[in-house]
Amino acid sequence: MLDIVLLGLNHKTAPVALRECIAISKDETAVALTAFQKLPSIREVMLFSTCNRVEVLMIVQDKTNAVDAVKDFLSELKHIPVSEFEKSLYIHEGDDAVRHVFRVAASLDSMIVGEPQILGQIKEAYQMATTTKTSGVLLNKLLHRTFFVAKRVRTETGIGDNAVSISYAAVELGRKIFGTFEGKKVLLIGAGEMAELAVEHLIRNRAGDILVANRTFETGVDLAMKFKGQAIRFDEIEDALKQVDIIISSTGSPDYVVTRNHVKGIARRRHNRPLFFIDIAVPRDIDPEINRLSNSYVYDIDDLQGIVDENVEDRNKEAIKGERIVDEAVIGFRQWYENLEVIPTIVELRKKVEEIAKGELEKTLQAVKHLSSDDLKAINRMTEAMVNKILHDPTILLKSSGQHQDKSVYLDVTRKLFRLDE
Amino acid sequence: MEPLFLLVIICYLLSTIGYFLYLFLQKDYLQKTGFYLLATGFLCHTVELGYRFVQSGQFPVSNLHETLSLVSWTIAGVFLMFQYRYRLKILGIYAAPLITIVMVIAARLPNVPSETQTILKSIWLVVHVVAIFIGEASLALACGAGLLYLLQEHAIKSKHRGFFFKRLPSLELLDHTGYACIVTGFTMMTFGLIMGLIYAKSIWGRFWSWDPKEVWSGITWLLYAALLHQRLTFGWRGRRAAIMAIIGFAVILFTFLGVNFLLKGHHGEFTRM
Repeated sequence: MLDIVLLGLNHKTAPVALRECIAISKDETAVALTAFQKLPSIREVMLFSTCNRVEVLMIVQDKTNAVDAVKDFLSELKHIPVSEFEKSLYIHEGDDAVRHVFRVAASLDSMIVGEPQILGQIKEAYQMATTTKTSGVLLNKLLHRTFFVAKRVRTETGIGDNAVSISYAAVELGRKIFGTFEGKKVLLIGAGEMAELAVEHLIRNRAGDILVANRTFETGVDLAMKFKGQAIRFDEIEDALKQVDIIISSTGSPDYVVTRNHVKGIARRRHNRPLFFIDIAVPRDIDPEINRLSNSYVYDIDDLQGIVDENVEDRNKEAIKGERIVDEAVIGFRQWYENLEVIPTIVELRKKVEEIAKGELEKTLQAVKHLSSDDLKAINRMTEAMVNKILHDPTILLKSSGQHQDKSVYLDVTRKLFRLDE
Repeated sequence: MEPLFLLVIICYLLSTIGYFLYLFLQKDYLQKTGFYLLATGFLCHTVELGYRFVQSGQFPVSNLHETLSLVSWTIAGVFLMFQYRYRLKILGIYAAPLITIVMVIAARLPNVPSETQTILKSIWLVVHVVAIFIGEASLALACGAGLLYLLQEHAIKSKHRGFFFKRLPSLELLDHTGYACIVTGFTMMTFGLIMGLIYAKSIWGRFWSWDPKEVWSGITWLLYAALLHQRLTFGWRGRRAAIMAIIGFAVILFTFLGVNFLLKGHHGEFTRM
């Protein structure tokens, strides 16, 4: 009988230093798949590698052999001794392997639960396996199930809802203030990864003009080019507040860059249109008192982090629902898998009984020779009918799927009773 | 109580339940169900009012029972219209219970048939009443949008997002819808008041007679006129506009009911118990 085996390491079992050593590029994947295919112990195989995990999923004839072969191959490909990464490896088989694949694809095993990229990465890896023809009936079925489960988890639970990064959280908040970002002007003060990411999110959500203010004007010009915006001088900020709607600030300034008085003075000029300040700097750039002015909202890094923490907690709660969906799917897959074994058993059983009947019939007929051809036909028909009647109930029992918790028990008994394995 | 009247209440009540379930469970079909139930209730209500009109031959505002029923009907109609136009789904959690409560109060009041009043047959008066009711229903919705705005603004300002943050739409949409309600409401109210003035002139020979109802209507009108003026010239929006919409509606309630019960005047008939 074939086994489903999964071997891999991820962010929980291996430090980043090891993961980057083992990470496998696309070209290497193709090479690896072809190499694995040549091994007699491996029937079907696929391989996926992301920055957080490297996993080999395979259908094997001989588990120990296959696992060793894969380890050796990785060691050779990446030039590291097996002993260095062996401890970080996990090896799952059967239901556990199936469950692991489902969980990974549904993003239940991700570093940030619910992040959506992983499913796409698995789809890519599967495509690679189909093009190199290393996937077969079992992997095809398993992966299609996987995609289905991942989709179900995403749509039926809130695992992908709510932002879990600072910049996304800021954008989500902005959505609750402005509804849409269309035509909303953005002012970026200073620079920094998180701040720039937030600007990019806003641009993707069709924000209007981007203004960039930087202490060093040249840096501002460069950044403005990147966002197809306009650079302004640092002392023009106060003036710019009259026209912008969203201010993202991330400077190294020890004092507030925008104070309450700046904002208070311009409310009327702005026709009281709302102002949303996102303050990512430490120490803070935006006077927190501004939050008390009407139609002005200030969120600093701690406020945003608070939102992120809450959202992560929400996602983890939703993940429990996801686990239940995965458990269901594992049972479903097991039933399908066991059915695969049923058909050959029924065929063998029938063959065996038919052979016995045929043999006995021949023996008997050799002794009695006075029968007419009509009599012979009648006896043949009777034998056939007996074989059918005898096999009818056991066949029904074996075929009826899902009624018995563990079908393999029945299969096992049948094979033993009739000595089918000899 | 007539069966049709009861059916209307049941529809409104179920709609309210639908909207509340929507608030908690956030499933879109619940909100849709609530909307269609309300629309069904509104249609039945229209038939019921039409039947009453035809049967008595006069506009059904001759006692408090009839008046409240008409109020409920107008709010339902105006809400359905705004819902269709602005898709502020969550406003149903304010409008549906309001409509239902007014209807239930109407049902509890005795429906005393009054002698036929010729004034309730005048087309001027019918237009006057209908326009004012539509106006006030819009302003009632503006108050609802204002309440939701304050809830959402508090969630964002205080940074404790809580129950409502996720469930309420953006401040911009709430503010915008509230404003649209006020513009509609103010326009209809102005039109209705002018109709009333013309009618007064034709009956009593003068436009204005310092009747308490007239005085309070004038105050209400001025209040909303000031609110709109501030918005258009200084961009009064957000929190202040929301609070004003709520205060404005409180004044309307007083003008509508308080004046009739506490003060006297020639508008007394329609709240007769």
